Amino acid sequence: MAFWAAILLPVIICGLITFGFYSNSAEIIAAHNPPIMLWARYSGAALGIMGLLIMPFYVIFMAFSVNNIEHKNDTWKMLFAQPLNKFAIYAAKYLFAVFLIFLCLFLFASLTFAFGHLLQLLVPKFNFDQYNPLHILINAYAKLFLSSLGILSIQFILSLLWGDFLKPMGIGFVGTIMGIIAANVGWKYAYLIPYSLPALVLRTSKVKKGGNPLDLPIFTQEIWTSLIYAAILFIIGYFIVTKKSIK
Amino acid sequence: MGNYAIETVGLNFNFGNQVIVKDLSLKVPKGSIYGFLGPNGAGKTTTIKILLNLLKSPSDQVFIFGKEINSNRIATLKRVGALVEQPAIYGHLTGKENLINRCILLGIKKTKADDMLALVGLTEAANKKASKYSLGMKQRLGIAQALISDPELLLLDEPTNGLDPNGIIEIRNLMIELATKHEKTILVSSHLLAEIERTATHVGIINKGELLFQGTIEELHLLSKPMLEIEVDDIESAIFLIAKSGYEIITQTDKKITLPFISTQNSGELNTLLVKNGFTVSSLYKQRKDLENLFLDITKTN
Repeated sequence: MAFWAAILLPVIICGLITFGFYSNSAEIIAAHNPPIMLWARYSGAALGIMGLLIMPFYVIFMAFSVNNIEHKNDTWKMLFAQPLNKFAIYAAKYLFAVFLIFLCLFLFASLTFAFGHLLQLLVPKFNFDQYNPLHILINAYAKLFLSSLGILSIQFILSLLWGDFLKPMGIGFVGTIMGIIAANVGWKYAYLIPYSLPALVLRTSKVKKGGNPLDLPIFTQEIWTSLIYAAILFIIGYFIVTKKSIK
Repeated sequence: MGNYAIETVGLNFNFGNQVIVKDLSLKVPKGSIYGFLGPNGAGKTTTIKILLNLLKSPSDQVFIFGKEINSNRIATLKRVGALVEQPAIYGHLTGKENLINRCILLGIKKTKADDMLALVGLTEAANKKASKYSLGMKQRLGIAQALISDPELLLLDEPTNGLDPNGIIEIRNLMIELATKHEKTILVSSHLLAEIERTATHVGIINKGELLFQGTIEELHLLSKPMLEIEVDDIESAIFLIAKSGYEIITQTDKKITLPFISTQNSGELNTLLVKNGFTVSSLYKQRKDLENLFLDITKTN
């Protein structure tokens, strides 16, 4: 289910935005955007929603479903009764979740690119083909990916501990709202809240886009925070797994 | 120690303040079918989970094939197959996919999945989603999962739970076959003695976390001594007469007198004695306390 969500989500969202651009093509062309701004508007539509809302929720949902499959079927006991290293089981689950996020974002980036060119074919008056946005797209999505790892680690532990939907979802929801607010009011320490990192990361890349769009450092403070959170919580999660008694 | 597949030494286990297993010393010989008996909530499942290291046991109390479990977790689990409580099955996969999944996890040839399905009689339902399986079919699939790695020791927690009489007989025969032909050791838990009685070579009876009896099935039978029950018209005087003649009386009700059974001849003599003294003996028969009652007695007295 999480696997299909990883594929459907980008397809649907990019599809909708493309459709929106297609049906409003007259107005958008009338605005006479330079190609770089056109790409920015187009990809920004997807990135904006992604960073703010969907990304945190998607990560929460996925961390939940990767663990829930074992809770629901009562298969933790079976997994841990196998002659397998507990670390291997835990790491495999975690890496699968990371892979799903990567897949989802990779699709977002490539679909944005592909649909942009599709629009160009459908409406030749667009000037999508006059600028190559790959660098910015890859950069933005790579940052989004890295910044989401902090949330993933938190949610992964929550979903590991609790078999129900409400607790990890509720905490994640509150966290996301807090993160968005903290990021939007520009609180100095907002980067310490993992949930606000995707939004923060996107904002920094947007601000700098006005200057030199090709000069975007990937490893900013937010990304480091996210990676540090991810690493620490990953290790804590492993200790929870080894100590976990299965009732 | 070398002759035991499972040995626990004074094993204690608590959930918080609640004592689940108290000073448990299991001794399961290699190649035996060990019936692990106890009423619901006696600590059977907890014990099995400890044996699988799902619940952490104190060190140096649990030994599987002579090895301490906490320090040899992976090595011991390789030799153990288990079915704990409800079988752990992925509902969104078919029965066959569930087994193949296990093969991949353990690095076993995938063809083994078909063999196991045939063994537990699920070949026809192999491509049906496991969530659509009946309880009995899930139980069979669970047993197939436990057997797939060809373990030397099988831990089966109430394996016949939810099976129809036919299924129960099949499982019973399967267990006997595994133990005799393939020299596997099986620990099978149950709250029904009658079920264990037919297959087990050894029995352990547990109640409230304490082991009340442990030994071979013959030793258990010896515990139940045959009795002689007499129904006679004038109970009071009959008891007086029997006691005067040097017999031991175990119990008496207003209809029946119960004595230890000594021999057939002795029973005849007792009958003659009563009749000669003018009593009307309406019945006199040998009664063997069945294991079911014995089991109830053992668990009740605690």
